[in-house]
Amino acid sequence: MNGVVGVLAYQGGFQRHIDVLTRLGFPARQVRDPESAGAVDALVMPGGESTTIGMLMERFSVLDVLRRRINEEGLPVFATCAGTILLADTIVGSDQPAIGGLHIAVTRNAYGRQIESFETSLAGEWIGNNPLPAVFIRAPIIEAVSEDVEVLLEFEGRPVLVRQQQILAATFHPELTDDTRLHRRWLKEFVGLG
Amino acid sequence: MSETSWSERQKSTWRANVGLAEMLKGGVIMDVTTPEQAKIAADAGAAAVMALERVPADIRAQGGVARMSDPEMIRGIQEAVTIPVMAKCRIGHFVEAQILEALGVDYIDESEVLTPADERYHVDKSSFKVPFVCGCRNLGEALRRIGEGAAMIRTKGEAGTGDVVEAVRHLRTVLDDIRRIQHLPPEELMTVAKELGAPYDLVVEVARTGKLPVPNFSAGGVATPADAALMMQLGAEAVFVGSGIFKSGDPAVRGRAIVDAVANYDNPSKLAEISHGLGEPMSGQSVAAMPDEERIAVRGW
Repeated sequence: MNGVVGVLAYQGGFQRHIDVLTRLGFPARQVRDPESAGAVDALVMPGGESTTIGMLMERFSVLDVLRRRINEEGLPVFATCAGTILLADTIVGSDQPAIGGLHIAVTRNAYGRQIESFETSLAGEWIGNNPLPAVFIRAPIIEAVSEDVEVLLEFEGRPVLVRQQQILAATFHPELTDDTRLHRRWLKEFVGLG
Repeated sequence: MSETSWSERQKSTWRANVGLAEMLKGGVIMDVTTPEQAKIAADAGAAAVMALERVPADIRAQGGVARMSDPEMIRGIQEAVTIPVMAKCRIGHFVEAQILEALGVDYIDESEVLTPADERYHVDKSSFKVPFVCGCRNLGEALRRIGEGAAMIRTKGEAGTGDVVEAVRHLRTVLDDIRRIQHLPPEELMTVAKELGAPYDLVVEVARTGKLPVPNFSAGGVATPADAALMMQLGAEAVFVGSGIFKSGDPAVRGRAIVDAVANYDNPSKLAEISHGLGEPMSGQSVAAMPDEERIAVRGW
């Protein structure tokens, strides 16, 4: 593992993820073409508009490369919000371009419009004693998970952070707060860096 | 002087509202006037749509008072697409803003494109839960709007012209203003704040950080993929396109090309591929030849 961390950088919150990774000592490579998608050793899939990001992955021939790398070659992924939607096996009521492979069903914008967006803090055994600040922005809800998906954190009885093998997927935005625990744990426990 | 940043001192909704602007970065926000157009915009890859009754080029051509859109039209657009829906209120018209908030729009643009309702005061945006975007021509105007509660800034350009020159001027001015104050000694910043007409604490913060505390998008006059990529290379974080798409010969094709161009703004060979075969652009109107009284960008106080 030579440790090149990529960030899918078509649209959305990619710069904030790059900023966090840089602060942690991992300058990230932007992924916007099949070459970079094939070259990185780990990938962050940011929030943004999942329809826009999915279309751009398809138009610029990145969708198939990432599907193969994530689902056949075990590329470590950290997905947030739209990134999680794009990895979900089922996006309720939508046939948008997506990668799939994460055995969950999600509903987009499930808390409502922007005035229903909110900030909270998440507690749970996985995160330890110190609650994790979490910003939910027009966030999806994970409606169902299959038995090989481990639920790491919940909010109001629904999974908001899940793990499936080398994939860590959140419905909220850890990159928008100063708490870098999720990025650090992903790098260490999922990627084998740091 | 407070030790905390502007953002840290805002209400709990602030981070989610600036956060939505963060999630629109690298995207294209398209003006639409019907649910059908909204569908075309979403299928082209728009990150959000702006619902309004007439695109700026038609507001210019037809004249009259330009107001907030009919709520029924906004509802129709909200039902047609899953991406965020923004809508415009007149400068200072806080009741239009209240109505748009009640409709559940995702962002309100307090916009100079509509006829101002108040020639002295803007909406107190911090009293709303829904986030606002406002236009600016320079750093002082940007910081006044942020001081009032705007969670996103867009440079104004000259809407409805298809001439990108004012968009370039305004973005360069904001970024030059920021660079200029960055290296000033602290004792000069109060006078700078007075000259800019901007809140002192925001001037101090921008001088320290070298950037606005909210995302900075570009608007007004973008008509081609190259225009959109130009604004991105100059430092815009996303692009609003008004008349440039639905006043062109083939909105679906042009809309998609502008989305692709913003996502690949720094890759000239991709931009060359993206830019051919798009049909006719909007015809446009040169701002240099325009009488002062027809200019929209001067609205805002």
